[in-house]
Amino acid sequence: MMPFDPSALTLEMLTAVLGLGVLILGLIVPKGSRHGLGWLSLLGLLGITGVAVSMWGDSRELLNGMYLVDNYALFWKITFLLSAMLVILGCMRYVDEMGGQAEYYSTVIFATLGMMIMASAGDFITLYLGLELMTIAFIILVCFRKTDVKSVEAGIKYILLAGMSSAVLLYGLSLLYGLTGSVIMLEVSRVIAMQPVTPALILAVVMLVAGLGFKISAVPFHMWSPDVYEGAPTPVTSFLAMGSKAASFAILLRLFVAALPGVWENWTMVVAILAAITMIVGNLVAIPQTNVKRLLAYSSIAQAGYIMVGLVTASEAGIKGVMFYAFLYVFATVGAFTVAAYFYNVTGSDELKDYAGLSQRSPLMAAVMLVAMLSMAGIPPLAGFVGKFYLFKTIIDGYLWLAFIGLIMSMVSVYYYLRVALVMYRDEPVDPTPIKLPSPVAVTLIVAMVVTLVVGVYPGPLSEVVNNAAHSFFLH
Amino acid sequence: MLVEFAMQHAWLVPLLPALAFVIIVFLTRPFRKLSAIVAVGSMAVACFFATLAAYGIFTNHEYIEKPLVYATRWFSLGLPGMPDLRVDVGVQLDPVSAMMLFMVSFIATFIFLYSIGYMEGDPGYSVFFSYLSLFGASMLLLVISSNLLQMFVAWELVGLCSYLLIGFFTHKISAREAAKKAFVTCRIADFGLLLGLLALQIVFGTLNLTELAEKIEHFEEYTTFGMLTLIAVLVFIGPIGKSGQFPLHVWLPDAMEGPTPVSALIHAATMVVAGVYLVGRTMFLFHEVPSAMQLVAVTGGFTALFAATIAITQREIKRILAYSTVSQLGYMMLALGVGSLTASMFHLWTHAFFKALMFLGAGSVLHALHHKADVWEMGGLYKKMPITTWTFVIGGLAIAGIPPFAGFWSKDEILVAALNGGHYVLFAMAAFTAFLTAFYMWRMIFLAFFGEENPANHPHESPWTMTLPLVVLSVGAIGAGWLGTPWYNIWGEWIKFGHPHHGPVNYGAMLLSIVLAAAGIYLAYMLYLKDAKKKRARKMAEWFGPVYRMLYNKYYIDELYLWFNHALVDGTARLFYLFDIYVVDGIVNGIGAFARLSGDGLRVFQSGRIQNYVLIFFLGVLAVAVLMAFTGPSAASLVLGGVK
Repeated sequence: MMPFDPSALTLEMLTAVLGLGVLILGLIVPKGSRHGLGWLSLLGLLGITGVAVSMWGDSRELLNGMYLVDNYALFWKITFLLSAMLVILGCMRYVDEMGGQAEYYSTVIFATLGMMIMASAGDFITLYLGLELMTIAFIILVCFRKTDVKSVEAGIKYILLAGMSSAVLLYGLSLLYGLTGSVIMLEVSRVIAMQPVTPALILAVVMLVAGLGFKISAVPFHMWSPDVYEGAPTPVTSFLAMGSKAASFAILLRLFVAALPGVWENWTMVVAILAAITMIVGNLVAIPQTNVKRLLAYSSIAQAGYIMVGLVTASEAGIKGVMFYAFLYVFATVGAFTVAAYFYNVTGSDELKDYAGLSQRSPLMAAVMLVAMLSMAGIPPLAGFVGKFYLFKTIIDGYLWLAFIGLIMSMVSVYYYLRVALVMYRDEPVDPTPIKLPSPVAVTLIVAMVVTLVVGVYPGPLSEVVNNAAHSFFLH
Repeated sequence: MLVEFAMQHAWLVPLLPALAFVIIVFLTRPFRKLSAIVAVGSMAVACFFATLAAYGIFTNHEYIEKPLVYATRWFSLGLPGMPDLRVDVGVQLDPVSAMMLFMVSFIATFIFLYSIGYMEGDPGYSVFFSYLSLFGASMLLLVISSNLLQMFVAWELVGLCSYLLIGFFTHKISAREAAKKAFVTCRIADFGLLLGLLALQIVFGTLNLTELAEKIEHFEEYTTFGMLTLIAVLVFIGPIGKSGQFPLHVWLPDAMEGPTPVSALIHAATMVVAGVYLVGRTMFLFHEVPSAMQLVAVTGGFTALFAATIAITQREIKRILAYSTVSQLGYMMLALGVGSLTASMFHLWTHAFFKALMFLGAGSVLHALHHKADVWEMGGLYKKMPITTWTFVIGGLAIAGIPPFAGFWSKDEILVAALNGGHYVLFAMAAFTAFLTAFYMWRMIFLAFFGEENPANHPHESPWTMTLPLVVLSVGAIGAGWLGTPWYNIWGEWIKFGHPHHGPVNYGAMLLSIVLAAAGIYLAYMLYLKDAKKKRARKMAEWFGPVYRMLYNKYYIDELYLWFNHALVDGTARLFYLFDIYVVDGIVNGIGAFARLSGDGLRVFQSGRIQNYVLIFFLGVLAVAVLMAFTGPSAASLVLGGVK
């Protein structure tokens, strides 16, 4: 037994301290100056990100593999931290208007903590703890507008459905424990490799797919997401769409590639079919949407479908594709949702028709929305193109049909993405007053746009980092 | 050391004008003067760095033999069937690129300066300078590229800038048409080039110039001779379009619809020589394929003669200059084709000075005469516009090939190269072209600047921002050729492919070229200046009526293309159109309708009721379980053996 080394948990401990600190400070600080808490959280997260970057290359196992610290986990943690920071930076004014800053920011930080634990989880218990920490934090965030009927409805829906999916996931995990006698993933994979594939094992895999499929909103486990996305406060929606999804992908890869490589042949086809259905349904249902948040919700379902393509082969290249896409997806999503959130702040509307003439009212907002959407559609030279390329490249050999579906659905997606662009750029605004952007929002938008552009034109460095992270995955 | 710094940071040279572009577009567009200052200033600084870098290259013998390459990985992909696709970006400094870097940035600086005065009062003043800066950045990037893909990107960018600038006066229909024509013509050519580059990548697995040069030397290990020939021909199609070689020269004369500084910079001195430059850069490829070299030489020689004959009859000052550009580009191609990179690049270098000078001079004239372009309606301008006239005369002497002006030395070098290579027919064509060149250039000069004044004109000399570039460029037009005299050919030591050629000084060729040039000028003098009524000239045109008309109408090539376009392309297009609206649109609309309907249909499930959601969730679980049971490799045993 290795000695317990608490320094491996530096990031998690710092995040927990930051979350608690913000919560306590919220009680002390007078109401009028609570908006400073946003900056405090931001700086704290920035510092933690710095620590995370400095830990790059660290590779350790805690408690016999219960907790894994490697570049793979670190990459995801940095992704979560970045997305949390962008969400906080872009939506401070939204939160100030909503009230309850201390609770809001600390809950966001705790959700991030949950994601970080998921990324490092090496056994089922840790996994579940991280998952529930994140989910409960999100439930609180979703119904944060306590007086808004839609927000509360979304919260109730989310708590019921998330509870159900957790139950299914737990059922799957307990089946696995029953079959192998261990909860530690590396141990589980060793035992499974020696056993024949039994129906009980298959059932366990099915439960895991369903439970985590819910979190990444894969069709047919996606039903909650449009309703919840629409009802939740927009910053929360954006964090839910990228953070929670990215974390679930992180754990999905860990679970299936590290713990269940023995049943790979059994689930690869199923994942391929689920990916195909998710792409098809997400994109098709997005077409008739008239509400921007709902449209983005369906588009995020479709995006999950693309990312699932990387799971199909579960090779190093696939893992790389997933990580690459998840990273750039964070920036495209932040861009689009920050625009939506700020637009709601100014106009009180999420309807597409009210976006008419946005390019004249605020060229930056329109440009960021356009870049984000074109990137999600996979138009070069934006990041989404490179991401899709890395993903689909992995399946050309065995699953050409899936690549074709992805291609066709990307084309379909251009239709509804460009419809937004059309409304923003072609139509005349009803109310032509220019929208003034406060600098934090402008900074968020510019960061999102610049990263999307730069990664698209020069993907080399990020690709190297992701390669390195994906490689570390197989070192345990 | 500043020189060391400039050599290691040569990427700054294209970056500075690119920054100027961004700054003008996003920040200084409302402030006209500031935009101009940003553009000129950034180009001047870029020129400063380029000069230092070129100095560093030329003074160090090491770099002449071995290029200085700074490259970094742009992206790399593993693809099925192409295991390692690696694409680099970088800068390659060797004598050829250093010379171009200096030449482009130097001439661009002065043309930017000239534009300040020339574009005065134009509503798109700032936009014009942003386009110019973008062009400067793209052209310098093209020159400095260490990789053919990167070069292709820049190649397309300069094409875009050319399109934007030719059509800059968007209110003129002819300008818009000319821009379209230039773009489409070059696209046709670029397609060939792109195919050639793809073939190079597939066959040799790299597009880095230095690596390609090494691999193509032993091309037998990679491919057949036939394939290499095909690649060379495909690559050559790009330069045919960009450098206005026959039969894709048609866009270049029309491109004169753009503002004159654009004609001088893009369509005389820099962009149009990109094709020559590309062939020069890929000389290692053409060198291996004698038939491709032959093609380059014949295309060049023919284009030179062909364009010169058209230029004799044209009346618009910029059009005459445009055809002379096509003709001179033909010379450069000819030199490449007979295997003399030295002569080609030398002519490119001298031509840039005197041709930019002449275009700017023509711009000065047009500026003074309020855009009256017909040389027959000018006359006697030398009294009111002395600087313009005398600098223009220097340009005319240079292009005609009168020693000691720049054009003489480079043209002589080309003639000698053709002669030494044993290409006697091409030599004769080139020599005859030299005679024609002197004739039509001096026809234009005598008609426009000398003789009697036209009382309808009220010319005036241009402001200093316009005359200063003229004076500076005329110094170049006089002295740029002294680098490569037959007695002391330092140029040949710097810029060469393989070993430098040290032939004996060929006094015969030199004498012939002087005699021909003088004869051309004398003939022009007799016809257009001595004979004040121009009776003899008119009589000549009548005698050779059909020939004259054919030349005046540019061999009816535009008409031929138009006819071809109408008869064949439009006809086929009509056929495809029917197919398109009935079959393709039917399918597309069908898919669209299907997508929308199924979107609506799938939406029904989104009822908002939690019970339904849970039901669908568990149906999903069930479906996945069934799928899993039937798709896995153990499916058969499961179905047959049941649950254990």
